[in-house]
Amino acid sequence: MEDTDLIVLWGSNAREAHPIFFHHILKAIHSGARMYAIDPRRTTSTQWADMWLGLDVGSDIALANAVGREIIAAGLQNQTFIDRATVGFEAYRQSVEQWTLDRAEAVTGVPAEAIRALAHEYAKAGRAQLCWTLGITEHHNATDNVLALINLALLTGHVGRYGSGLVPIRGQNNVQGGGDMGALPNKLPGFQDVENDKARERFEAAWAATLNPVKGWHLSQMFEAMARGELRALYVIGENPAQSEADTNHTVELLRGLDFMVVQDIYLTKTAELANVVLPAAAGWVESEGTVTSSERRVQRVRKALDPPGQARDDIDILSDLARRMGHHWATPTAEQAWDELRSLSPIHAGMSYPRLEELGGLQWPCRDEDDPGELFLHGRLWHDPPGGPPAPFTPVEDSPPLDVLSEEYPIRLTTGRRLDSFNTGVQSGGYESPIRRGETIDLSPEDGAALAVAEGERVLVSSRRGAVRAPVRFDPSLRPGLAFMTLHFPDEVETNRLTNDAWDPKSGTAEFKATAIRIDRLDT
Amino acid sequence: MSGVVITVDGRPVETSADLTILETCREEGLDIPTLCFLENLTPANTCRICVVEIGGSRALVPACSRRVESGMQIKTESERVRHTRMMVLELLGSSVDLSLTPLVDQLMDRYGAAPDRFDGGATVEEAPTIDNQLFVRDYAKCILCYKCVQACGVDAQNTFAISVVGRGFEARIATEYQLALPDSACVFCGNCFGVCPTGALIPTTEYEMRAAGTWDEDAQTVTRTICPYCGVGCNLDLVVQDNRILKALSPLDHDVTSGHLCIKGRFGWQHVQSE
Repeated sequence: MEDTDLIVLWGSNAREAHPIFFHHILKAIHSGARMYAIDPRRTTSTQWADMWLGLDVGSDIALANAVGREIIAAGLQNQTFIDRATVGFEAYRQSVEQWTLDRAEAVTGVPAEAIRALAHEYAKAGRAQLCWTLGITEHHNATDNVLALINLALLTGHVGRYGSGLVPIRGQNNVQGGGDMGALPNKLPGFQDVENDKARERFEAAWAATLNPVKGWHLSQMFEAMARGELRALYVIGENPAQSEADTNHTVELLRGLDFMVVQDIYLTKTAELANVVLPAAAGWVESEGTVTSSERRVQRVRKALDPPGQARDDIDILSDLARRMGHHWATPTAEQAWDELRSLSPIHAGMSYPRLEELGGLQWPCRDEDDPGELFLHGRLWHDPPGGPPAPFTPVEDSPPLDVLSEEYPIRLTTGRRLDSFNTGVQSGGYESPIRRGETIDLSPEDGAALAVAEGERVLVSSRRGAVRAPVRFDPSLRPGLAFMTLHFPDEVETNRLTNDAWDPKSGTAEFKATAIRIDRLDT
Repeated sequence: MSGVVITVDGRPVETSADLTILETCREEGLDIPTLCFLENLTPANTCRICVVEIGGSRALVPACSRRVESGMQIKTESERVRHTRMMVLELLGSSVDLSLTPLVDQLMDRYGAAPDRFDGGATVEEAPTIDNQLFVRDYAKCILCYKCVQACGVDAQNTFAISVVGRGFEARIATEYQLALPDSACVFCGNCFGVCPTGALIPTTEYEMRAAGTWDEDAQTVTRTICPYCGVGCNLDLVVQDNRILKALSPLDHDVTSGHLCIKGRFGWQHVQSE
């Protein structure tokens, strides 16, 4: 990151949500890199950018397609790279042909000249990093949004090179690790496909067990299965869906309707309060041994610094004990033994022994044997001639505005995000006192505040098509008229997710937290 | 970088032109003392404890910032150097409370410094500033090394909440218009106390335990783990005593953090020890 020439920060407020990653961005900026920030809000991240593109919520594909069209129209695409390493360029070219700068300006709200500047600078940059977070992925068409950005990297060859790449920044210390370990409904550890007989057989042989050959449900599908009555029991480990899921009222109703729910957590969360059985767990990052994987695929050790309180136990202990109660003769492995088994089954982790992780301060997968230093970046093969493996596909994607449409009744667009000192539903970050914490507010542009005749600090009724909450008003000049902002950090004060839309992306299962249509009403004073 | 040959304390040393005198000497195993220097910050050249003598140079030069040049004749412990270091230690020791500065007693012994020679002279007397829940600013311990200013500025955090106000003996580190920290630009990352060499900036937990006499370094362990917030993978060095976390630091030599954290990593651990 420090050695890149151009940073495109798209749908990410890394200055607050990933502050130490932003330190690396700042090093690049101080070394002369330029930055474009694309965000509906003029956040503290965008203040470091050379240009801020304040697009309307959910118009990312329109903007990306227009950037792609402009690059092609100006003849700035990397044709050598496209011809050698990609497939589907012609279909992509046709799909973006209609996205002229003027049309994109009308759809996104971003001036045509700014779109043109982004397109030209991205295409001409020696090295460019395209980074994104939940502003891209918490939409009903999350996967298409990501594909629209990937298309731009393929068009310009800004992928698979030192200082040039696609950089999704993960929101939790082990989101990447969860995927690595097969905590996905269609994957075994090491991203091996559940429905691939050969892959499954290796695990069946190692575990002396038969595995279900059909992929499971992801979170959004699980809630749908609860609604249909097909999913009757739930085992929740380290998740607080009663507060973190969109459309809280509906979620809690579904959880209450289950026959049986077990929650294993470090806290008695709102979800745990609904459970039949609660298994108190040790905090993974500080009360037990193990590993986590960061956004840059770096596997690092977590270590036990504290004894867990009361009856809380290590997750491995609980799961092993549970297996024994179910009649399986499981020993209780140490974290290192469990990890070594994983290494024997997941080729991309094979070279990551505990001693190496210790000595090197972590390793980035793929790391296939104990002499393998790991990979600083992926997709370098695309620069080989011929590219060792299948060409990278362009995927044409169409603009699809947020499903919760603005109307006369619900005229304001609410988007959500994080603040610097807080985290998700506040279960962890609520534990410390922060001098900069203000509690939940409905943030409005000063112009909207004036139009609604509300005062700063006044409690108002915020309603969406699903529910309503009361919250105090705060004026935020980083918001444009028509755009409002709330966080999910203080659900015990203001349950923002009563408002949000649980419409989800059919490919990733992510709900559209970023785009809710709301109205604001004054309470009787 | 091109190789150069210099002379250190009479011995020829081959080094690289992009290194400083301090870096070269440390590679040679020479112990040049520093106070205001830190590997991950731009040298500020304020404390002058690392000065060395260079042949042909009228003034002593700070080893932390001066790059080596071919043919340099360097003396690291000459009488002049030792005398200067003694004076630096005596002037600091007589005016500032160095009771929490690690290894300062050994330095005093090494250079024969006797700060009590200046008893009755001016001192930086100032009550600790306690204006927030997370850390205390005890400027009676401040040697104006500027590390906190640099960590808050371009070297790491880029928040620019603090700088130097006043001149001469009245110079102090302060926020804009000397506002209380919660009213200033401060974002409470704690990167200032992460680099403070004298305990002038100190987490409230440590400050209170030291005052109560319960801070016991012999009973403390330091365990390295990964921060639970966000996916950047910041390493935390947790200082633990009696099964309670007392503070979070980060390793200077890890390329994810370079020793720096955000407010969540620095202070967000209390959820695992709520009563």
